[in-house]
Amino acid sequence: MAFSDDFRAGLRDVSPVVLGIIPFGLVAGAAAVDAGLSGLQAVGLSVVVFAGASQLAAIDLLGDGAPLAVVVATVLVVNLRMVMYSASIAPHFREVAARWKALMAYLLTDQAYALSVTRFRETDVSRRGYYLGVAAPLWVVWQLCTLVGIVVGARVPAWLPLDFALPLVFLALLVPAIEDAGTAAAGLVGGTLATLGSGLPYELGLPLGAVCGVLAGLVAEPVGRVLREVVGR
Amino acid sequence: MTAADSVVWLAVLLGGLGTFAIRGSFVFLYERLDVPELAERALRYVPAAVLAALVVPAVLTLGGTPVAETGLGPAEAARALLGSDRVLAAALAAVVAYYTEDVLATIVVGMGALLALGAL
Repeated sequence: MAFSDDFRAGLRDVSPVVLGIIPFGLVAGAAAVDAGLSGLQAVGLSVVVFAGASQLAAIDLLGDGAPLAVVVATVLVVNLRMVMYSASIAPHFREVAARWKALMAYLLTDQAYALSVTRFRETDVSRRGYYLGVAAPLWVVWQLCTLVGIVVGARVPAWLPLDFALPLVFLALLVPAIEDAGTAAAGLVGGTLATLGSGLPYELGLPLGAVCGVLAGLVAEPVGRVLREVVGR
Repeated sequence: MTAADSVVWLAVLLGGLGTFAIRGSFVFLYERLDVPELAERALRYVPAAVLAALVVPAVLTLGGTPVAETGLGPAEAARALLGSDRVLAAALAAVVAYYTEDVLATIVVGMGALLALGAL
């Protein structure tokens, strides 16, 4: 349960993942300036909202002069998936002091959630140490990349398919998360419906797919139990 | 035309506050709520469902377009996907993920495979 050891373990685990957010951060910075936001506004958006997909959606709308309510509603809908992360990780944060919880909630991202929830399957990990070791570098790199994007624009070598790095990170965490019939059904249904719904507005395919996946997991759970008994005999 | 400065700053502020509320929702409420047993069980399936929803659409793309938006029929889409570099690279990466459970190894093999297939 040593804080510093687990903080270092988090740093180690997140280092390859940081690679994947670099192009995304550069684009978020460059797009904000291209859309007519000032440098300070672009930094403000990145620091205050700190959620890439919703930042890009907001930038797009603000550039077109969309009404405030539309921009805010879009940001919130795009970030709705994080309700699931919050619920899923909350049991692990029960023992954490409230002031730390506020910081940890602010730092919650796809990557921080996915890495932490994977590691938290082991019981003797300092929740706060490991989580901050993962989440803090993601924040720092994200802000730096946005800044570079604002100042020099997004120049990523075209031959390097860096946009493939993040899906690979999530794939590496998905594979060991499939442990039984329930989790397999959750992944199958979640992945399929999110793919079919990828044309939906506000990136709603992701949360809709994920919610249906969770339901599929619940339905498949008893089926898996029966199968196990049959095979076990 | 770009939105007025005041609209941009209000959007940043309100979008940020709302996003923080979303992120903090259950982290802060969990102890206070009496979480029903069914919800506890449902939470077990969140990682697999969410991770698959993040991965699969990003892999199943053709020339940068999500497969559901290419307008291809199911049979055509399946044939195109089976020959696509991204799907092959992801399949190889999944095998590596299964045997190593290591993020870095998965990224290296997946990216390497995608680059190698692109160079063929």
